[in-house]
Amino acid sequence: MSVLVYTENWEGKFKKLSYELASFASAIAKEMGSTVTALSIGHVADDELKSLGKYGVNKVLNVQDNRFESLDNKAVADAIAKAVASEGAKVVILAHNNEGKAFAPRLTVKLNAGLVTGVIGAPVSVEPFVVKKKVFTQKAFAKIQIKTDVKVLTFAQNSFDVVENQVDTVIEAFDPQIGDDEFTTKVNETNKITGKILLSDAEIVVSGGRGMKGPENWAGLEEMGDLLGAGMACSRPVSDDGWRPKEEHVGQTGKIIAPNLYFAFGISGAIQHVAGVSSSKFIVAVNKDPEAPIFEFADYGIVGDVFKVIPQFIEGIKEIKS
Amino acid sequence: MKILVLISNVPDTTTKIRFTGDNKAFDTSGVQWIINPWDELALTRALEIKEAGGVESITVANVGTAATEPTLRKALAVGADDAIRIDAEPKDAFYVASQLAQIAKDYDLIMSGIESSDYNGAGVGGMLAAMLDIHSVSAVSGVSLENGAFTVQRDIDGGNQKVSVSAPLLVVVQKGIAKDPRIPAMRGIMMARKKPLNVIPAAAVEARTEFLGYEMPEAKAACKMVDEDNAKELIRLLHEEAKVL
Repeated sequence: MSVLVYTENWEGKFKKLSYELASFASAIAKEMGSTVTALSIGHVADDELKSLGKYGVNKVLNVQDNRFESLDNKAVADAIAKAVASEGAKVVILAHNNEGKAFAPRLTVKLNAGLVTGVIGAPVSVEPFVVKKKVFTQKAFAKIQIKTDVKVLTFAQNSFDVVENQVDTVIEAFDPQIGDDEFTTKVNETNKITGKILLSDAEIVVSGGRGMKGPENWAGLEEMGDLLGAGMACSRPVSDDGWRPKEEHVGQTGKIIAPNLYFAFGISGAIQHVAGVSSSKFIVAVNKDPEAPIFEFADYGIVGDVFKVIPQFIEGIKEIKS
Repeated sequence: MKILVLISNVPDTTTKIRFTGDNKAFDTSGVQWIINPWDELALTRALEIKEAGGVESITVANVGTAATEPTLRKALAVGADDAIRIDAEPKDAFYVASQLAQIAKDYDLIMSGIESSDYNGAGVGGMLAAMLDIHSVSAVSGVSLENGAFTVQRDIDGGNQKVSVSAPLLVVVQKGIAKDPRIPAMRGIMMARKKPLNVIPAAAVEARTEFLGYEMPEAKAACKMVDEDNAKELIRLLHEEAKVL
């Protein structure tokens, strides 16, 4: 009986998210009086796998099988199910990201498990098993009980602190024995976005709306983004009109993000936009309209012209960086 | 080829969220109901695929009470050929997927939105695919039919991929799958009244999770305002007070 956490890797490396997941799993295991097993699929060096021990992972099941690179939803879900069975795990944790959302629902069917997605923070209780998540697209919280013996959770990024808790970690090679016929997803082409901070990883996000007046006016925001190592985002009308790529759209129907700091320039703050950014720790709003709803959600604000404010921000950032 | 689009009936995205009965239930009074935005985009793409040829029919399906029928009629009005309503109050993703598994067996392509905008479960599509033992691709922003196989574009962490998968297939779709949803025309609304909407009784299934109660987020402290001509001061506050820079 253990807690199993699926720790995905990015070209052989773990990220803060992986350690957040491990810390979260370790907190649950402690309350249940059990241990944490991580499942890693792909080529990750032993030293990197061992780093999970720093966050309370007792054992790592290491799957090295190139066939999984196609991220075939069925094959990966079946492989995770095999690991859960071999460990007798009662709680299974994945990230609430593209991979976690793809595998977790399939996994619950295999495991006769109950599922809660987008869990935030530590469980309310483990007996009965009750967790919290945001519902109505960030507008409210719900407490949900999972009633099955095996529980599957996807965990929302940036909602649990990384906690150091060094334990001894054993690494075991694991072969989930998935037949070739299960892999039917054929990858024809992969496009990686390089040289840019991923929105989902960014601690700081710089975002622009209609108030930026046109795509030619983004240079100042990009300069701020470069200075801060920030991710770039935008509102829906800006992506719909093609001023910015659709990957940058944050909001109810775009990406939902939770950075430490979110800058909103020329964004009025429609409820659908706020839904995508309200989990940010701090929100800064600059808008010429003092009645703009964004100021109800912002921590710091300026009523004024974005084009006057941006150069001053850049100057201020340069000063504190030097 | 037959396409099935799963439709969730959700409150309009501008709805003010309130709860009743000691925060145990969502307050539906005065709420306008719509097709879940991602399901609407899925349907739009299904219609485009049909228009390109080779598709026999598009069915839309929903698990809900009779109150959700206007939402299914809207899906018929924009061009779906027939609708199925499984007569049940949805309890959780497992419950809904189990109901849909009764009717979803004979389709080549099943399309589902990435999540519903109410409970944000993101579970029904993947569960249904596993119940039917068919393949699924998630985070899909493009799907087309080429020589009998599906070419699918999906997001992966840090980029996107084009993959091919053979039928039957379930795709869990997100923004980008189609540009704008279609608005029903008067002719479509008239025709929708005559299209079949079949009601199927619910299967006996136990939900695996239970919603115990809701909370509203804590009210935010007032926004600290800085003068436009003194914007550098705000950066100083972020650095020294909030300590995020």
